[in-house]
Amino acid sequence: MTGHRDTEDAEPRQTLIALVAPLVPAAITLLLLTQLPRVMAGEVLTFGWAWVPSLGISANFFVDGLSSLFALLISGIGVFVAIYAGSYLSGHPHLRRFYLYLLLFMIGMLGLVMAADLITLFVFWELTTISSYLLIGFNHSNSAARRSALQALLITALGGLCLLAGLILLGITADTFDLREILTLGEQVRASTLYVPILILVLLGAFTKSAQLPFHFWLPNAMAAPTPVSAYLHSATMVKAGIYLLARLHPVLAYTEAWQWTLTLVGAATAVVAAVLALRQTDLKLKLAYTTVVALGTVTMFLGAEASVAIAAAVTFILVHSFYKAALFMLVGIIDHRTGTRELDQLGGLRSAMPITCFVAAAAALSMAGFPPFLGFIGKELKYEGALAIASEPLLVAGAAVFANALMVAVAGTVVLKPFFGQRRPADIPVTEAPPGLWLGPLVLSGLGLAFGVATPLVADTLIQPAVTAILGRPEVVKMKLWHGINLPLILSLLTFTLGILVYLAQRPIRAALAAFFSRLPLSGDRAWDRLLEGLKTLAAVQTNLLQHGVMRRYLTVIFATVAAALGFVLLRAGEIPLDIDWPQLTIKEWAALALTLAGALVAATARAPLAAICALGALGVGLALIYLFFGAPDVAITQLLVETLFLVLVATTLHRLPVFSGAHNPRFRPLDALLALFVGALVTVSILAVMQTPFDATTSEYFERTAVPEAYGRNIVNVILVDFRALDTFGEIVVVFTAAIAAATLIGHRLRRKKS
Amino acid sequence: MNSVILQTATRALVALILVFSIYMLLRGHNQPGGGFIAGLIAAAGFALFAMAWGIAAARRALRVEPGKLAAIGVLLAGISGAVAALLGQAPFTGQWLFIGATEGDKGLPISTILVFDIGVYLSVLGAVVALVFALEEDA
Repeated sequence: MTGHRDTEDAEPRQTLIALVAPLVPAAITLLLLTQLPRVMAGEVLTFGWAWVPSLGISANFFVDGLSSLFALLISGIGVFVAIYAGSYLSGHPHLRRFYLYLLLFMIGMLGLVMAADLITLFVFWELTTISSYLLIGFNHSNSAARRSALQALLITALGGLCLLAGLILLGITADTFDLREILTLGEQVRASTLYVPILILVLLGAFTKSAQLPFHFWLPNAMAAPTPVSAYLHSATMVKAGIYLLARLHPVLAYTEAWQWTLTLVGAATAVVAAVLALRQTDLKLKLAYTTVVALGTVTMFLGAEASVAIAAAVTFILVHSFYKAALFMLVGIIDHRTGTRELDQLGGLRSAMPITCFVAAAAALSMAGFPPFLGFIGKELKYEGALAIASEPLLVAGAAVFANALMVAVAGTVVLKPFFGQRRPADIPVTEAPPGLWLGPLVLSGLGLAFGVATPLVADTLIQPAVTAILGRPEVVKMKLWHGINLPLILSLLTFTLGILVYLAQRPIRAALAAFFSRLPLSGDRAWDRLLEGLKTLAAVQTNLLQHGVMRRYLTVIFATVAAALGFVLLRAGEIPLDIDWPQLTIKEWAALALTLAGALVAATARAPLAAICALGALGVGLALIYLFFGAPDVAITQLLVETLFLVLVATTLHRLPVFSGAHNPRFRPLDALLALFVGALVTVSILAVMQTPFDATTSEYFERTAVPEAYGRNIVNVILVDFRALDTFGEIVVVFTAAIAAATLIGHRLRRKKS
Repeated sequence: MNSVILQTATRALVALILVFSIYMLLRGHNQPGGGFIAGLIAAAGFALFAMAWGIAAARRALRVEPGKLAAIGVLLAGISGAVAALLGQAPFTGQWLFIGATEGDKGLPISTILVFDIGVYLSVLGAVVALVFALEEDA
């Protein structure tokens, strides 16, 4: 019904929101650009406010070189994604919802890269996880989209929990949650015994988020999201959150063998495996998704290093990759949008029909393949230079980099050459050029890839160098040039191109061989994940059936047996308890109340008629209320009496439905139940007597007695505690009462409606 | 139940019970009583009314949906706690106003504490009555 209304009056408002939405990231980008000179000068901009001062947690934010680079990428690419989405999802009934999620995600990312407090960082980290869940599952009527969204959510949230534990340990080790302070305490953290647990937990968080082996499979599955989401989250921003975390904590956690080897090996393995998997795909979007995993692996590998040139390579590649990958995703979206397919075999010769798209795709792909003078070329040269500068395992890193880059060249070739050149496909439908809203974003992004390549020194000064300085925590001068002369990196580059072209030419047989190989693998990560979830569900079902059987008497038996076991254990451990019982001198009315209580209990336990048992319980309650009254607790006594009364009313209304009246009741003697009851009773009596023997600490009650009148203006201490001293507790209690009553009334009402119908 | 005696007696009794519940609510800060107890008393009154006159009549007499009443109570209590937070103090700190206070006499005290207790009263009343009504309708 609401959906219907949405489509009716959606049109004008939709155009409005598609026009307004890009303005938000645009404003943020401009603001960040105006601050860029200060960041370049090494200044750190801070803002924020206190959040939980008692725990030393603050909502503080800071912008240094690294934050500035990421924030610019997030907001800058956000502008073009927002424009693109307006065209791509034009007329979609939930466009407004889409923009809401997108902005939510952007806020999460910006908060994450600017957070100056570990807990604040984590909160924004989770915000990106949740908003990405909403975005991946945006086409919620599609079950594959729902599955992928849930998979991404579970994996990244699981990593998020590990990260939270890691950050808390880090906070404890450094004795502060202030990130900027922690960044200066690297040596102290690394020397701590908690260093290895911190490292493992933080890396689990970063690796799940940035889709590193063996958690890589969620990212290609997340391609179920609409293309603007893939372009934004799964190439330029969200998956880089893990990378950001690694870069951010580099000064604290790096400089150890554990860091170096884990990052290098995991990154290299991810890059190589994902490159092979990318080659195997025939769906353009999936192919790009796997190349994103390659890029993430490569950056991780370089962040394992300490050499400044390796870090510069990582930072440059983050920048390069964000530009060309976001552009390429949007281009694949255009092809999909205009032709209705993303399958390589069904596409070809679109060059003449879509000249602008073809031109933009070529520019983005050239940057991806790393041809001069694109920024991609510089990124690649830096990678090789960085790889060779890694002292410990240059061969491994350089080898992995060459291998992954060669396959990237092949994939870049496929992505451009296959759909746009050769025989025209699909031949049966007319294909026309996309509207400007679609190609504007990719055009600007790939244009930037070219411009930044030509204006290399400018990029190095404004973006790369401040970021590298921030990661290494010492002023660094990064030299980047298009032409270095003939050196080893250039030779490696030539080798990459040769290899890549060879792979491109031989891709059909290679793909066939890979398909044959993968069909023989027993288990993929994706399948393993499904099995894990199935196992978890089975376990949940088994334990629920075991524990929640719905038989009241068995619940009570379990509860009382547990109480008896716990009390018995404590009493046994306490050893011998001197119980010196002095029989109190009770007055006759006190004896009478006691007798009433005991008689009520006895009759309730032995009565054959249920009505008699209920009345006896009432008598027991009144006896208890009298005892409270005699010993100076009138409020408790009144409450007890009222609860007894209402309880009786409630029982009376349900009485006719109890099994007693339906004939299922069989009031026979149950020796085991009696034994358990007596045992629990005896244990409780002994423990109460033992408690009475310990001296009573009257500090709290004296405080309340002293302050009730002067500070809370009340003489009834019980009430003053309830509504003033402990008002927050009472508030929680009435919320519980309210929730429980509403839930119960709803359940009963639901039964009633079902009975009527 | 269709008993003339019960119905006639209930008319007078329920009125008395409700007045008594308000009395208990207001005296609670200084003598035994308070929002929780008063809410239970009022709920007992409506339960009695429902038994004598039926659920439909009891719902009409209550005028407000019991669930809504409970929600209003929770809201009221929450607002009374938020007042202090808005004034820059810890939430749920009591705010007092002594109307017509003179030397030696504190006048008429009005406070967020009273509002809080009224919130407790309404939420307990609403919650219990909601249960009673639901169970009786199901019967």
